Amino acid sequence: MTERNAHFWKGGEQGELRLLRCKACRHWIHPPAPICPECLARDVAPETVSGRARVATFTVNHQPWIPGFDPPYLVAIVELVEQPGLRLTTNLVNCALDEARIDMPVRVTFEERDDVWIPLFEPERSEGGKRARGLDEVEPDSEGA
Amino acid sequence: MTDVFERRAAISGIGQSRVGRRLGRDAMDLTLDACLEAIADAGLDRRDIDGVATYPGGWFGPRGFSGPGIPELQDALRLKLSWYAGGPEQPGQLGSVIEAIAAVACGLANHVLCFRTVWESTAQCGGGRAGMGTPGGGGGGKGFRASGIMEWTLPYGAASAAVWVALFAQRHMHEYGTTREQLAQVALNARRNAGLNPKAIYREPLTLDDYFAARMISTPFCLYDCDVPVDGSTAVVVSRTDRARDLRRPPLRVEAVGSALRGRPSWDQFDDLTTMAMRDAGAMLWQRTDLRPADVDVAELYDGFSFLAMAWLEALGFCGKGESGPFVAGGTRIALAGELPLNTHGGQLSAGRLHGYGFLHEACVQLWGDGGERQVRGDPRVAVAAAGGGPLGGCLLLVRD
Repeated sequence: MTERNAHFWKGGEQGELRLLRCKACRHWIHPPAPICPECLARDVAPETVSGRARVATFTVNHQPWIPGFDPPYLVAIVELVEQPGLRLTTNLVNCALDEARIDMPVRVTFEERDDVWIPLFEPERSEGGKRARGLDEVEPDSEGA
Repeated sequence: MTDVFERRAAISGIGQSRVGRRLGRDAMDLTLDACLEAIADAGLDRRDIDGVATYPGGWFGPRGFSGPGIPELQDALRLKLSWYAGGPEQPGQLGSVIEAIAAVACGLANHVLCFRTVWESTAQCGGGRAGMGTPGGGGGGKGFRASGIMEWTLPYGAASAAVWVALFAQRHMHEYGTTREQLAQVALNARRNAGLNPKAIYREPLTLDDYFAARMISTPFCLYDCDVPVDGSTAVVVSRTDRARDLRRPPLRVEAVGSALRGRPSWDQFDDLTTMAMRDAGAMLWQRTDLRPADVDVAELYDGFSFLAMAWLEALGFCGKGESGPFVAGGTRIALAGELPLNTHGGQLSAGRLHGYGFLHEACVQLWGDGGERQVRGDPRVAVAAAGGGPLGGCLLLVRD
Protein backbone atom coordinates (compact mmCIF):
# COMPACT_ATOMS: atom_id res chain seq x y z
CA MET A 1 0.00 0.00 0.00
CA THR A 2 1.22 3.45 -0.86
CA GLU A 3 0.10 7.03 -0.54
CA ARG A 4 -1.46 6.63 -3.95
CA ASN A 5 -3.80 3.76 -3.17
CA ALA A 6 -4.40 3.93 0.61
CA HIS A 7 -7.71 5.76 0.12
CA PHE A 8 -9.03 2.72 -1.74
CA TRP A 9 -7.99 0.05 0.74
CA LYS A 10 -8.66 2.13 3.90
CA GLY A 11 -11.96 3.83 2.99
CA GLY A 12 -13.95 0.88 4.25
CA GLU A 13 -13.02 1.82 7.82
CA GLN A 14 -15.56 4.63 7.39
CA GLY A 15 -17.78 2.48 5.21
CA GLU A 16 -16.83 4.48 2.14
CA LEU A 17 -15.55 3.47 -1.27
CA ARG A 18 -13.11 6.10 -2.42
CA LEU A 19 -11.61 6.59 -5.84
CA LEU A 20 -9.42 9.27 -7.30
CA ARG A 21 -11.21 12.08 -9.11
CA CYS A 22 -9.97 14.95 -11.21
CA LYS A 23 -10.60 18.30 -9.52
CA ALA A 24 -10.67 20.06 -12.87
CA CYS A 25 -12.94 18.00 -15.13
CA ARG A 26 -14.46 15.70 -12.46
CA HIS A 27 -13.41 12.51 -14.25
CA TRP A 28 -13.05 9.44 -12.02
CA ILE A 29 -9.70 7.64 -12.24
CA HIS A 30 -9.05 3.97 -11.46
CA PRO A 31 -6.60 2.34 -10.86
CA PRO A 32 -4.98 5.40 -9.26
CA ALA A 33 -2.64 7.58 -11.31
CA PRO A 34 -1.34 11.05 -10.48
CA ILE A 35 -2.87 12.59 -13.59
CA CYS A 36 -6.30 12.84 -15.17
CA PRO A 37 -6.28 10.82 -18.42
CA GLU A 38 -8.97 13.09 -19.89
CA CYS A 39 -7.67 16.62 -19.27
CA LEU A 40 -4.15 15.88 -17.98
CA ALA A 41 -4.76 17.92 -14.82
CA ARG A 42 -2.41 16.86 -12.02
CA ASP A 43 -4.82 17.91 -9.29
CA VAL A 44 -6.51 14.62 -8.44
CA ALA A 45 -7.82 13.55 -5.04
CA PRO A 46 -9.91 10.76 -3.52
CA GLU A 47 -13.66 11.22 -3.35
CA THR A 48 -16.38 8.91 -2.14
CA VAL A 49 -18.59 7.12 -4.66
CA SER A 50 -22.14 5.93 -4.05
CA GLY A 51 -21.03 2.31 -3.87
CA ARG A 52 -23.72 1.36 -6.35
CA ALA A 53 -22.74 -0.60 -9.43
CA ARG A 54 -23.94 -3.17 -11.89
CA VAL A 55 -22.31 -6.48 -12.73
CA ALA A 56 -20.45 -6.16 -16.03
CA THR A 57 -19.43 -9.82 -15.96
CA PHE A 58 -18.77 -12.58 -13.45
CA THR A 59 -17.37 -16.07 -13.06
CA VAL A 60 -17.89 -18.83 -10.51
CA ASN A 61 -14.38 -19.87 -9.60
CA HIS A 62 -14.06 -23.53 -8.64
CA GLN A 63 -10.28 -23.83 -8.52
CA PRO A 64 -8.31 -23.34 -5.30
CA TRP A 65 -5.62 -20.79 -6.21
CA ILE A 66 -4.70 -19.19 -2.89
CA PRO A 67 -4.82 -20.46 0.70
CA GLY A 68 -7.76 -18.86 2.48
CA PHE A 69 -9.93 -18.58 -0.62
CA ASP A 70 -12.09 -21.68 -0.53
CA PRO A 71 -13.97 -22.33 -3.77
CA PRO A 72 -16.53 -22.00 -5.11
CA TYR A 73 -16.74 -18.21 -5.02
CA LEU A 74 -17.94 -15.44 -7.30
CA VAL A 75 -15.49 -13.08 -8.98
CA ALA A 76 -17.00 -10.17 -10.88
CA ILE A 77 -16.12 -7.02 -12.73
CA VAL A 78 -18.58 -4.35 -11.63
CA GLU A 79 -19.14 -0.98 -13.22
CA LEU A 80 -19.86 1.85 -10.82
CA VAL A 81 -22.89 4.01 -11.60
CA GLU A 82 -20.82 7.21 -11.46
CA GLN A 83 -19.16 6.86 -14.85
CA PRO A 84 -19.28 4.49 -17.86
CA GLY A 85 -16.26 2.18 -17.79
CA LEU A 86 -15.41 2.90 -14.13
CA ARG A 87 -14.81 -0.69 -13.13
CA LEU A 88 -13.45 -2.84 -10.32
CA THR A 89 -12.68 -6.51 -10.09
CA THR A 90 -14.32 -7.78 -6.90
CA ASN A 91 -16.17 -10.64 -5.24
CA LEU A 92 -19.94 -10.91 -5.16
CA VAL A 93 -20.99 -11.82 -1.62
CA ASN A 94 -24.31 -12.54 0.04
CA CYS A 95 -25.26 -13.85 -3.38
CA ALA A 96 -26.03 -17.44 -4.30
CA LEU A 97 -23.82 -18.82 -7.05
CA ASP A 98 -26.79 -19.25 -9.36
CA GLU A 99 -28.19 -15.85 -8.46
CA ALA A 100 -25.42 -13.85 -10.16
CA ARG A 101 -26.42 -12.15 -13.41
CA ILE A 102 -24.78 -9.70 -15.76
CA ASP A 103 -26.37 -6.23 -15.34
CA MET A 104 -27.51 -7.10 -11.81
CA PRO A 105 -27.51 -4.04 -9.51
CA VAL A 106 -25.05 -4.41 -6.63
CA ARG A 107 -23.84 -2.31 -3.71
CA VAL A 108 -20.50 -2.14 -1.96
CA THR A 109 -19.82 -3.74 1.40
CA PHE A 110 -16.50 -4.14 3.16
CA GLU A 111 -14.53 -6.94 4.71
CA GLU A 112 -11.82 -6.05 7.20
CA ARG A 113 -8.73 -8.11 6.48
CA ASP A 114 -5.62 -7.39 8.53
CA ASP A 115 -5.16 -3.63 8.22
CA VAL A 116 -7.20 -3.06 5.07
CA TRP A 117 -10.87 -3.04 4.15
CA ILE A 118 -11.59 -5.01 1.00
CA PRO A 119 -14.47 -3.57 -1.08
CA LEU A 120 -16.88 -6.37 -1.97
CA PHE A 121 -20.27 -6.14 -3.64
CA GLU A 122 -23.63 -7.66 -2.79
CA PRO A 123 -26.94 -7.66 -4.61
CA GLU A 124 -29.05 -4.52 -4.08
CA ARG A 125 -32.09 -5.54 -2.09
CA SER A 126 -35.09 -3.44 -1.20
CA GLU A 127 -36.30 -3.37 2.41
CA GLY A 128 -38.59 -6.32 1.81
CA GLY A 129 -35.55 -8.40 0.97
CA LYS A 130 -36.38 -8.45 -2.71
CA ARG A 131 -33.98 -7.38 -5.43
CA ALA A 132 -33.89 -3.59 -5.73
CA ARG A 133 -35.10 -1.58 -8.66
CA GLY A 134 -33.14 -1.56 -11.90
CA LEU A 135 -30.20 0.69 -12.43
CA ASP A 136 -31.98 2.64 -15.13
CA GLU A 137 -33.87 4.28 -12.29
CA VAL A 138 -30.67 5.36 -10.56
CA GLU A 139 -29.22 8.77 -11.26
CA PRO A 140 -25.80 8.20 -12.85
CA ASP A 141 -24.23 11.36 -11.46
CA SER A 142 -24.89 10.67 -7.80
CA GLU A 143 -22.11 11.92 -5.57
CA GLY A 144 -22.99 9.35 -2.94
CA ALA A 145 -23.00 9.51 0.81
CA MET B 1 0.44 -1.06 -50.43
CA THR B 2 3.27 1.22 -49.39
CA ASP B 3 6.52 -0.32 -48.26
CA VAL B 4 6.25 -1.81 -44.80
CA PHE B 5 9.41 -2.70 -42.95
CA GLU B 6 8.51 -6.31 -42.25
CA ARG B 7 8.81 -7.28 -45.94
CA ARG B 8 12.57 -7.07 -45.47
CA ALA B 9 12.47 -9.95 -42.98
CA ALA B 10 11.80 -13.67 -43.21
CA ILE B 11 11.80 -16.75 -41.02
CA SER B 12 14.72 -18.89 -42.13
CA GLY B 13 14.75 -21.71 -39.59
CA ILE B 14 12.91 -23.20 -36.60
CA GLY B 15 13.80 -25.45 -33.70
CA GLN B 16 12.15 -27.00 -30.70
CA SER B 17 13.37 -29.04 -27.76
CA ARG B 18 11.59 -32.08 -26.47
CA VAL B 19 8.22 -30.98 -25.07
CA GLY B 20 6.77 -32.76 -22.09
CA ARG B 21 5.40 -32.90 -18.60
CA ARG B 22 7.94 -32.84 -15.80
CA LEU B 23 10.95 -33.44 -17.98
CA GLY B 24 13.12 -32.44 -15.04
CA ARG B 25 15.66 -30.99 -17.45
CA ASP B 26 17.62 -27.81 -17.04
CA ALA B 27 15.98 -24.84 -18.76
CA MET B 28 19.23 -23.81 -20.43
CA ASP B 29 19.62 -27.33 -21.75
CA LEU B 30 16.16 -27.14 -23.36
CA THR B 31 16.93 -23.69 -24.73
CA LEU B 32 20.15 -24.88 -26.34
CA ASP B 33 18.33 -27.79 -27.99
CA ALA B 34 15.83 -25.43 -29.59
CA CYS B 35 18.33 -22.74 -30.57
CA LEU B 36 20.94 -25.05 -32.09
CA GLU B 37 18.23 -26.85 -34.03
CA ALA B 38 16.87 -23.55 -35.40
CA ILE B 39 20.32 -22.36 -36.46
CA ALA B 40 21.04 -25.66 -38.22
CA ASP B 41 17.56 -25.71 -39.75
CA ALA B 42 18.28 -22.37 -41.38
CA GLY B 43 21.55 -23.70 -42.70
CA LEU B 44 23.47 -21.23 -40.58
CA ASP B 45 26.36 -21.46 -38.17
CA ARG B 46 26.26 -19.92 -34.71
CA ARG B 47 28.83 -17.39 -35.94
CA ASP B 48 26.17 -16.08 -38.36
CA ILE B 49 23.84 -15.17 -35.51
CA ASP B 50 24.30 -11.48 -34.74
CA GLY B 51 21.06 -10.79 -32.90
CA VAL B 52 18.95 -12.38 -30.13
CA ALA B 53 15.41 -11.61 -29.00
CA THR B 54 13.30 -13.27 -26.33
CA TYR B 55 10.17 -13.02 -24.23
CA PRO B 56 9.92 -12.39 -21.29
CA GLY B 57 13.63 -12.25 -20.50
CA GLY B 58 15.60 -14.31 -18.04
CA TRP B 59 13.96 -15.88 -15.00
CA PHE B 60 11.00 -13.50 -15.08
CA GLY B 61 7.71 -14.22 -13.31
CA PRO B 62 6.72 -17.28 -11.27
CA ARG B 63 9.02 -20.31 -11.22
CA GLY B 64 9.07 -22.05 -14.56
CA PHE B 65 7.54 -19.13 -16.48
CA SER B 66 10.82 -18.33 -18.17
CA GLY B 67 14.21 -19.86 -18.70
CA PRO B 68 17.60 -18.34 -19.27
CA GLY B 69 18.04 -14.76 -20.36
CA ILE B 70 19.95 -13.44 -23.32
CA PRO B 71 23.28 -12.96 -21.48
CA GLU B 72 23.38 -16.61 -20.45
CA LEU B 73 22.58 -17.82 -23.95
CA GLN B 74 25.02 -15.41 -25.52
CA ASP B 75 27.76 -16.55 -23.19
CA ALA B 76 27.02 -20.26 -23.60
CA LEU B 77 27.31 -19.97 -27.38
CA ARG B 78 29.86 -17.14 -27.30
CA LEU B 79 27.65 -15.20 -29.72
CA LYS B 80 28.93 -11.92 -31.14
CA LEU B 81 25.86 -9.72 -31.21
CA SER B 82 25.09 -6.49 -33.01
CA TRP B 83 21.67 -6.21 -31.39
CA TYR B 84 19.59 -7.94 -28.70
CA ALA B 85 16.41 -7.33 -26.71
CA GLY B 86 14.37 -9.25 -24.19
CA GLY B 87 11.69 -8.39 -21.70
CA PRO B 88 8.06 -8.76 -20.70
CA GLU B 89 6.77 -5.37 -21.85
CA GLN B 90 6.09 -6.27 -25.47
CA PRO B 91 3.04 -6.96 -27.68
CA GLY B 92 2.72 -10.45 -26.30
CA GLN B 93 5.08 -13.36 -26.63
CA LEU B 94 5.51 -12.84 -30.38
CA GLY B 95 6.35 -9.20 -29.74
CA SER B 96 9.91 -10.41 -29.35
CA VAL B 97 9.81 -11.78 -32.91
CA ILE B 98 8.33 -8.50 -34.15
CA GLU B 99 11.26 -6.71 -32.52
CA ALA B 100 13.65 -9.03 -34.31
CA ILE B 101 11.88 -8.33 -37.60
CA ALA B 102 12.25 -4.61 -37.02
CA ALA B 103 15.92 -5.05 -36.14
CA VAL B 104 16.82 -6.91 -39.34
CA ALA B 105 14.66 -4.59 -41.44
CA CYS B 106 16.58 -1.62 -40.04
CA GLY B 107 19.91 -3.26 -40.67
CA LEU B 108 20.81 -3.70 -37.02
CA ALA B 109 21.36 -7.42 -37.53
CA ASN B 110 21.30 -10.04 -40.29
CA HIS B 111 20.16 -13.17 -38.46
CA VAL B 112 18.30 -12.88 -35.14
CA LEU B 113 17.76 -15.92 -32.97
CA CYS B 114 14.41 -15.66 -31.13
CA PHE B 115 13.47 -18.04 -28.32
CA ARG B 116 10.93 -18.76 -25.60
CA THR B 117 11.54 -21.32 -22.86
CA VAL B 118 9.12 -22.63 -20.23
CA TRP B 119 9.55 -25.28 -17.53
CA GLU B 120 6.27 -24.76 -15.70
CA SER B 121 5.49 -28.43 -15.46
CA THR B 122 8.65 -29.29 -13.56
CA ALA B 123 8.37 -26.10 -11.50
CA GLN B 124 4.83 -26.94 -10.42
CA CYS B 125 5.69 -30.53 -9.62
CA GLY B 126 4.32 -31.16 -6.15
CA GLY B 127 3.49 -27.51 -5.59
CA GLY B 128 0.27 -27.03 -7.52
CA ARG B 129 -0.21 -24.39 -10.13
CA ALA B 130 0.81 -20.95 -9.00
CA GLY B 131 -1.25 -18.09 -10.25
CA MET B 132 0.37 -15.68 -12.62
CA GLY B 133 2.47 -13.27 -10.60
CA THR B 134 1.87 -14.85 -7.20
CA PRO B 135 5.27 -15.09 -5.61
CA GLY B 136 5.71 -18.18 -3.50
CA GLY B 137 2.08 -19.22 -3.74
CA GLY B 138 0.63 -15.86 -2.78
CA GLY B 139 -1.56 -15.36 0.25
CA GLY B 140 -3.11 -12.11 1.26
CA GLY B 141 -2.07 -11.68 4.87
CA LYS B 142 0.28 -9.29 6.57
CA GLY B 143 3.73 -9.21 5.12
CA PHE B 144 2.58 -9.90 1.58
CA ARG B 145 1.39 -7.16 -0.72
CA ALA B 146 0.53 -7.67 -4.33
CA SER B 147 1.54 -5.10 -6.88
CA GLY B 148 0.70 -4.30 -10.48
CA ILE B 149 -2.46 -5.95 -11.73
CA MET B 150 -2.35 -8.39 -8.83
CA GLU B 151 -3.06 -5.56 -6.40
CA TRP B 152 -6.54 -5.29 -7.91
CA THR B 153 -7.28 -8.99 -8.41
CA LEU B 154 -5.42 -11.05 -5.80
CA PRO B 155 -7.48 -9.76 -2.84
CA TYR B 156 -10.46 -11.34 -4.60
CA GLY B 157 -8.95 -14.75 -5.19
CA ALA B 158 -8.70 -13.89 -8.91
CA ALA B 159 -5.12 -15.10 -8.97
CA SER B 160 -5.01 -16.64 -12.41
CA ALA B 161 -5.55 -15.70 -16.02
CA ALA B 162 -8.12 -18.51 -16.01
CA VAL B 163 -10.35 -16.29 -13.90
CA TRP B 164 -9.61 -13.11 -15.83
CA VAL B 165 -10.28 -14.69 -19.23
CA ALA B 166 -13.38 -16.47 -17.92
CA LEU B 167 -14.83 -13.04 -17.16
CA PHE B 168 -14.45 -12.07 -20.83
CA ALA B 169 -15.88 -15.36 -22.06
CA GLN B 170 -18.91 -14.94 -19.81
CA ARG B 171 -19.54 -11.45 -21.16
CA HIS B 172 -19.18 -12.74 -24.73
CA MET B 173 -21.79 -15.39 -24.02
CA HIS B 174 -24.08 -12.74 -22.58
CA GLU B 175 -23.79 -10.35 -25.51
CA TYR B 176 -23.62 -12.79 -28.41
CA GLY B 177 -25.23 -16.00 -27.19
CA THR B 178 -21.97 -17.94 -27.41
CA THR B 179 -22.32 -21.39 -25.82
CA ARG B 180 -20.11 -23.89 -24.03
CA GLU B 181 -20.71 -26.31 -26.92
CA GLN B 182 -19.01 -23.75 -29.14
CA LEU B 183 -16.09 -23.20 -26.74
CA ALA B 184 -15.73 -26.98 -26.67
CA GLN B 185 -15.10 -27.09 -30.41
CA VAL B 186 -11.81 -25.26 -29.96
CA ALA B 187 -10.69 -27.89 -27.46
CA LEU B 188 -12.01 -30.84 -29.48
CA ASN B 189 -10.39 -29.56 -32.67
CA ALA B 190 -7.08 -29.12 -30.86
CA ARG B 191 -7.26 -32.66 -29.53
CA ARG B 192 -8.07 -34.14 -32.95
CA ASN B 193 -5.01 -32.43 -34.41
CA ALA B 194 -2.84 -33.37 -31.44
CA GLY B 195 -3.65 -37.00 -32.18
CA LEU B 196 -1.66 -36.55 -35.39
CA ASN B 197 1.25 -34.74 -33.72
CA PRO B 198 3.80 -37.09 -32.11
CA LYS B 199 5.09 -34.27 -29.86
CA ALA B 200 1.68 -33.32 -28.46
CA ILE B 201 1.01 -33.90 -24.76
CA TYR B 202 -2.60 -35.15 -24.90
CA ARG B 203 -3.29 -37.33 -27.94
CA GLU B 204 -6.15 -39.61 -26.92
CA PRO B 205 -9.54 -38.72 -28.44
CA LEU B 206 -11.72 -36.21 -26.59
CA THR B 207 -15.49 -36.16 -26.99
CA LEU B 208 -18.12 -33.54 -26.24
CA ASP B 209 -19.33 -35.80 -23.42
CA ASP B 210 -15.82 -35.86 -21.94
CA TYR B 211 -15.78 -32.08 -22.16
CA PHE B 212 -19.06 -31.66 -20.29
CA ALA B 213 -18.06 -34.24 -17.69
CA ALA B 214 -14.85 -32.39 -16.81
CA ARG B 215 -14.55 -30.43 -13.60
CA MET B 216 -15.11 -26.69 -13.77
CA ILE B 217 -12.19 -24.32 -13.28
CA SER B 218 -13.87 -20.92 -13.51
CA THR B 219 -17.21 -20.71 -15.32
CA PRO B 220 -17.65 -21.04 -18.25
CA PHE B 221 -14.26 -22.79 -18.37
CA CYS B 222 -13.79 -26.42 -17.50
CA LEU B 223 -10.46 -28.22 -17.38
CA TYR B 224 -10.40 -28.73 -21.16
CA ASP B 225 -10.73 -24.99 -21.82
CA CYS B 226 -7.36 -24.43 -20.12
CA ASP B 227 -3.95 -25.20 -21.59
CA VAL B 228 -1.49 -27.65 -20.11
CA PRO B 229 1.79 -26.44 -18.54
CA VAL B 230 4.84 -28.13 -20.00
CA ASP B 231 8.60 -27.94 -20.20
CA GLY B 232 10.00 -27.00 -23.56
CA SER B 233 11.78 -24.41 -25.63
CA THR B 234 11.04 -23.07 -29.10
CA ALA B 235 13.30 -20.99 -31.34
CA VAL B 236 13.08 -19.30 -34.73
CA VAL B 237 15.66 -17.47 -36.80
CA VAL B 238 14.59 -14.16 -38.33
CA SER B 239 16.80 -13.19 -41.26
CA ARG B 240 17.09 -10.29 -43.65
CA THR B 241 15.18 -11.37 -46.76
CA ASP B 242 18.21 -10.77 -48.98
CA ARG B 243 20.34 -12.95 -46.67
CA ALA B 244 17.71 -15.67 -46.44
CA ARG B 245 17.32 -16.41 -50.15
CA ASP B 246 20.26 -18.76 -50.49
CA LEU B 247 19.81 -20.60 -47.21
CA ARG B 248 18.65 -24.16 -46.68
CA ARG B 249 14.91 -23.51 -46.76
CA PRO B 250 12.68 -21.27 -48.82
CA PRO B 251 12.31 -18.15 -46.69
CA LEU B 252 8.95 -17.48 -45.08
CA ARG B 253 8.49 -13.82 -45.76
CA VAL B 254 6.88 -11.65 -43.12
CA GLU B 255 4.00 -10.05 -44.96
CA ALA B 256 2.61 -8.04 -42.05
CA VAL B 257 2.74 -7.71 -38.29
CA GLY B 258 0.22 -6.54 -35.71
CA SER B 259 1.55 -5.02 -32.51
CA ALA B 260 -0.98 -2.34 -31.57
CA LEU B 261 -2.53 -1.75 -28.17
CA ARG B 262 -4.97 1.14 -28.24
CA GLY B 263 -7.27 0.18 -25.39
CA ARG B 264 -6.27 0.33 -21.74
CA PRO B 265 -3.44 -2.10 -20.92
CA SER B 266 -5.44 -4.01 -18.37
CA TRP B 267 -7.35 -7.23 -17.78
CA ASP B 268 -10.37 -5.51 -16.26
CA GLN B 269 -10.36 -1.96 -17.64
CA PHE B 270 -10.33 -2.68 -21.39
CA ASP B 271 -13.10 -0.72 -23.09
CA ASP B 272 -14.79 -3.83 -24.53
CA LEU B 273 -15.13 -6.87 -22.25
CA THR B 274 -15.68 -9.22 -25.19
CA THR B 275 -12.30 -8.64 -26.82
CA MET B 276 -8.79 -7.64 -25.77
CA ALA B 277 -5.54 -6.20 -27.11
CA MET B 278 -5.83 -8.66 -30.00
CA ARG B 279 -8.53 -6.41 -31.47
CA ASP B 280 -5.98 -3.68 -32.10
CA ALA B 281 -3.16 -5.99 -33.17
CA GLY B 282 -5.43 -7.81 -35.63
CA ALA B 283 -6.75 -4.59 -37.15
CA MET B 284 -3.21 -3.27 -37.58
CA LEU B 285 -2.06 -6.42 -39.36
CA TRP B 286 -4.63 -6.03 -42.16
CA GLN B 287 -3.79 -2.35 -42.58
CA ARG B 288 -0.29 -3.37 -43.65
CA THR B 289 -1.07 -5.80 -46.46
CA ASP B 290 -3.26 -6.23 -49.52
CA LEU B 291 -3.95 -9.83 -48.52
CA ARG B 292 -7.29 -10.48 -46.85
CA PRO B 293 -8.45 -13.02 -44.26
CA ALA B 294 -9.83 -15.21 -47.07
CA ASP B 295 -6.26 -15.59 -48.39
CA VAL B 296 -5.09 -17.31 -45.19
CA ASP B 297 -4.53 -21.06 -45.61
CA VAL B 298 -3.84 -21.94 -41.98
CA ALA B 299 -4.37 -20.14 -38.65
CA GLU B 300 -2.34 -20.78 -35.52
CA LEU B 301 -4.10 -18.74 -32.84
CA TYR B 302 -3.26 -18.56 -29.15
CA ASP B 303 -5.46 -20.83 -27.06
CA GLY B 304 -4.09 -20.51 -23.55
CA PHE B 305 -7.83 -20.69 -22.94
CA SER B 306 -10.29 -21.85 -25.59
CA PHE B 307 -12.02 -18.48 -25.69
CA LEU B 308 -8.81 -16.69 -26.66
CA ALA B 309 -8.65 -18.55 -29.98
CA MET B 310 -12.23 -17.47 -30.67
CA ALA B 311 -11.44 -13.87 -29.75
CA TRP B 312 -8.44 -14.00 -32.14
CA LEU B 313 -10.68 -15.36 -34.93
CA GLU B 314 -12.81 -12.24 -34.52
CA ALA B 315 -9.88 -9.88 -34.06
CA LEU B 316 -8.28 -11.11 -37.29
CA GLY B 317 -11.52 -10.77 -39.22
CA PHE B 318 -12.05 -14.45 -40.01
CA CYS B 319 -15.61 -13.83 -38.82
CA GLY B 320 -17.55 -10.81 -37.65
CA LYS B 321 -17.49 -9.40 -34.14
CA GLY B 322 -19.31 -11.77 -31.83
CA GLU B 323 -19.62 -14.46 -34.52
CA SER B 324 -16.82 -16.80 -33.47
CA GLY B 325 -19.30 -19.13 -31.77
CA PRO B 326 -21.24 -19.94 -34.94
CA PHE B 327 -17.92 -19.91 -36.87
CA VAL B 328 -16.46 -22.81 -34.85
CA ALA B 329 -19.78 -24.58 -34.22
CA GLY B 330 -19.67 -28.20 -35.28
CA GLY B 331 -15.92 -27.98 -35.76
CA THR B 332 -15.79 -28.68 -39.51
CA ARG B 333 -14.75 -25.20 -40.62
CA ILE B 334 -11.68 -25.17 -38.32
CA ALA B 335 -10.70 -28.82 -38.87
CA LEU B 336 -7.59 -29.85 -40.81
CA ALA B 337 -9.71 -30.34 -43.93
CA GLY B 338 -11.87 -27.29 -43.25
CA GLU B 339 -11.82 -23.87 -44.86
CA LEU B 340 -9.61 -22.46 -42.07
CA PRO B 341 -7.51 -25.17 -40.37
CA LEU B 342 -6.93 -23.96 -36.81
CA ASN B 343 -4.16 -24.93 -34.39
CA THR B 344 -3.02 -27.83 -36.50
CA HIS B 345 -0.51 -29.11 -33.93
CA GLY B 346 -3.04 -29.27 -31.12
CA GLY B 347 -2.59 -25.77 -29.73
CA GLN B 348 -1.53 -25.14 -26.18
CA LEU B 349 -4.68 -26.96 -25.06
CA SER B 350 -3.39 -30.35 -26.23
CA ALA B 351 0.16 -29.89 -27.51
CA GLY B 352 1.36 -27.95 -24.46
CA ARG B 353 1.77 -24.42 -23.23
CA LEU B 354 4.88 -23.35 -25.13
CA HIS B 355 3.52 -19.86 -24.62
CA GLY B 356 2.99 -18.32 -28.01
CA TYR B 357 6.06 -19.55 -29.83
CA GLY B 358 4.45 -22.94 -30.48
CA PHE B 359 1.96 -21.27 -32.84
CA LEU B 360 4.68 -19.58 -34.86
CA HIS B 361 6.66 -22.83 -35.01
CA GLU B 362 3.62 -24.68 -36.32
CA ALA B 363 2.81 -21.99 -38.90
CA CYS B 364 6.31 -22.50 -40.31
CA VAL B 365 5.99 -26.30 -40.22
CA GLN B 366 2.81 -26.04 -42.27
CA LEU B 367 4.20 -23.54 -44.79
CA TRP B 368 7.23 -25.77 -45.35
CA GLY B 369 5.00 -28.82 -45.78
CA ASP B 370 6.57 -30.66 -42.86
CA GLY B 371 3.36 -31.43 -40.97
CA GLY B 372 3.41 -35.15 -41.68
CA GLU B 373 0.05 -36.68 -40.81
CA ARG B 374 -1.29 -33.29 -39.75
CA GLN B 375 -0.11 -31.45 -42.87
CA VAL B 376 -2.82 -29.20 -44.32
CA ARG B 377 -3.49 -30.23 -47.92
CA GLY B 378 -3.36 -27.94 -50.89
CA ASP B 379 0.17 -26.55 -50.43
CA PRO B 380 -0.57 -23.79 -47.90
CA ARG B 381 1.32 -20.58 -48.65
CA VAL B 382 -0.18 -18.04 -46.25
CA ALA B 383 -0.34 -18.54 -42.50
CA VAL B 384 -1.17 -16.36 -39.53
CA ALA B 385 0.38 -16.87 -36.10
CA ALA B 386 -1.00 -14.94 -33.13
CA ALA B 387 -0.28 -14.96 -29.44
CA GLY B 388 -1.46 -13.34 -26.27
CA GLY B 389 -4.52 -12.55 -24.21
CA GLY B 390 -5.64 -9.61 -22.09
CA PRO B 391 -3.34 -6.66 -22.61
CA LEU B 392 -0.86 -8.83 -24.54
CA GLY B 393 -1.32 -9.38 -28.25
CA GLY B 394 0.92 -9.72 -31.28
CA CYS B 395 0.45 -11.41 -34.64
CA LEU B 396 2.34 -12.23 -37.82
CA LEU B 397 1.26 -12.98 -41.36
CA LEU B 398 3.75 -15.26 -43.13
CA VAL B 399 3.96 -16.01 -46.84
CA ARG B 400 5.94 -18.59 -48.79
CA ASP B 401 6.37 -17.00 -52.20
